[in-house]
Amino acid sequence: MAIILEAHNLVKKYGDFAAVKGVSFDIREGEIFSLLGPNGAGKTTTISVLSTLYAPTGGDAVVAGHSVTGDPMAVRRAIGVVPQDLALYDDLTARENLAFWGQMYNLSGKALNARIAEVLEQIGLADRANQRVKTYSGGMKRRVNIGVGLLHRPRLLFMDEPTVGIDPQSRRAILDSVKALNREGMTVLYTTHYMEEAQELSDRVGIIDHGELIALGTQAELRRQVGENDAVIFHIGEGEDGEGLAAAIREIGGVLQARASDHAITIIAPDAEEILAPAITAANQMGAKIRSVEVREPDLEAVFLHLTGRALRD
Amino acid sequence: MKKILLIGWKDLILAFRDRAALLLMLATPFLLTLGLGFVTGHFSGSSGGIESIPVILVNQDGGQLGNALVDVFRSSDLAQLVAPTVVADPASARQQVDADKAAAAVIIPSGFTASIIPAAGAAAPGPAVQIELYTNPASPTSAGVIKTIVERFLGRVEVGRVAGQVAVTQMLQTQRIRPQDAMQMGAQIGAQQAASNRTLSAITVATSENGGGGIPFDPLAYMAPGMAMMFLMFTAALSGRSLLVERSQGTLPRLLVSPVTSAQVLAGKTTGAYLTGVAQMLILIAASTLLFGLRWGDWLGVLVLVLAAVVAATGWGMIITALARTPGQVMSVGSAITLLFGILGGTFINMDAMPAWFRVATKITPNAWGLDGFTTLALGGRLADVVVPVAALIVMGLVLFAAALVILNRKGIAQP
Repeated sequence: MAIILEAHNLVKKYGDFAAVKGVSFDIREGEIFSLLGPNGAGKTTTISVLSTLYAPTGGDAVVAGHSVTGDPMAVRRAIGVVPQDLALYDDLTARENLAFWGQMYNLSGKALNARIAEVLEQIGLADRANQRVKTYSGGMKRRVNIGVGLLHRPRLLFMDEPTVGIDPQSRRAILDSVKALNREGMTVLYTTHYMEEAQELSDRVGIIDHGELIALGTQAELRRQVGENDAVIFHIGEGEDGEGLAAAIREIGGVLQARASDHAITIIAPDAEEILAPAITAANQMGAKIRSVEVREPDLEAVFLHLTGRALRD
Repeated sequence: MKKILLIGWKDLILAFRDRAALLLMLATPFLLTLGLGFVTGHFSGSSGGIESIPVILVNQDGGQLGNALVDVFRSSDLAQLVAPTVVADPASARQQVDADKAAAAVIIPSGFTASIIPAAGAAAPGPAVQIELYTNPASPTSAGVIKTIVERFLGRVEVGRVAGQVAVTQMLQTQRIRPQDAMQMGAQIGAQQAASNRTLSAITVATSENGGGGIPFDPLAYMAPGMAMMFLMFTAALSGRSLLVERSQGTLPRLLVSPVTSAQVLAGKTTGAYLTGVAQMLILIAASTLLFGLRWGDWLGVLVLVLAAVVAATGWGMIITALARTPGQVMSVGSAITLLFGILGGTFINMDAMPAWFRVATKITPNAWGLDGFTTLALGGRLADVVVPVAALIVMGLVLFAAALVILNRKGIAQP
């Protein structure tokens, strides 16, 4: 597959603070590439630089054959952007919003009207197209927000956490629409801090933390970094000594890693069954109350934990 | 260019769909003007507004027409509008104007009457002389009133002279007079016509009964532009604020990752502010004309003045926006400046009662220039009479816009 985006050692600093520290990766035409990382990891800044909103402090990126520093206007014509926050005019209708943004992308006349009709069908708002956006629910606004990004059929679509703060039903609809767009041939750069979304959507994943890309590959490749280990998660009550319990569990034979975070102890071990009983015993001996136990196959959460020692939600 | 206009048009639509903005842009100035109309008696027929304009008269002519002009200023019809003082010395008259004791001095030169009416025994009128109108630049509105009175008088004299010629020609043709008496007869008819109280009383205030053919000065014609100019500044601040609102609501970053340059976005936002201001002014002018019967004067002059006033107001809106960090800051600073400019510009106070330095200082405001221009037009001025305010407003707007551009370019429009 051809490369549609190549980022070379991208750096973005705000004063002395480096939000992105030398990130390099590429995206192949036709794939869904996810940037996975906790809030504040540098995902939005990376997208802002790649979409030419901000010039990089260092490095460069080539998008659809054009440098973001050398020819930003050509980059803009090739990409579509769905920002994390809603970026719509509330006092315009959905149709008027689409018409305005379409014209900004040089669409006009019959081609614009036809494309607006298609997108309205695609986002399921054809019947409410002439109502002002301010009368819509949060989920409907999100759909219009995505529709604006799709209008000019970009070769590469940047979607920055498009499911933040919406109900599960709308979230499901958005994930399905991303997959549908990809099936139609659109390349997608998707950022999220939800491990499940990255897992469901991505052909390849880049894990980003503190402005650095700490892992990159297919999901299988990333899981192999953790090995064939299981993740056992003890959910504990408030006020329990999580750190003490994690330290006690680390003493158990067969436990590779045990970390406390957010009322949970995450244990990495080659065989969950082998360490489960002694870990519960250790908890009982400490008087710690375990609310529930979860055993997971290795996933991206485990990869993140393995690489950073922290859970994604931290 | 197309994208600039699209952004501007979008902003115009958004402004007119925002109820709060509509209230501020249209309803409030309209209602305030309505209220002032009642207070000043516009709707009840009583007088108000500009009155007792101090004017110095120097009558070096002493002839029929010179005396007639002095009588016009002393007539009961103008008693409320002007407060004339007659002095003998032109230098002293100018001195009083320079000392800000009068809005203007009218110096009628020697030979004024003879330049129009041949002296007894003379075959033709004497050489042309000019009445000197020495005005106080710090009292442009009052000076404009005096200028209009003098111009109207001269207009009547000219009408009288022509009427005299026509009448004499007809009498000669019908052999009612002898050719050798024709010149003297014509001069007498013209002089009577020009000096006639009946025709000269056409110069009057709005509420006068005998206003036919004159220039009625309506105090509302001073207040309505004042209100319109003040709330135009509110609109300019609101429009400037929309740049920062777009930044915080994410539509500005979205625009900046579409195939549009920062310069196009800025030009589009400025166009939107400008279109909104022009629409606001034209609606207010149309409404006050249709509902209050207000006469704004020469429509071409009014249109050009509106276009220029909105350039200046938009410039102020952009500079406030460039210096502010948040939409809230724009509105607080914008509201304060709007009110301050409203006061300085003469919307609420009689500027003629203010010291000269104060009146000069007010020229920093679009309100003062705009109000000068609108008053001149309401008093019968034409486009040529408002060239100075129009030029001042355009220059002010362009300078402010250039400064705003420099600041915004330095900050980057996507950055707070």
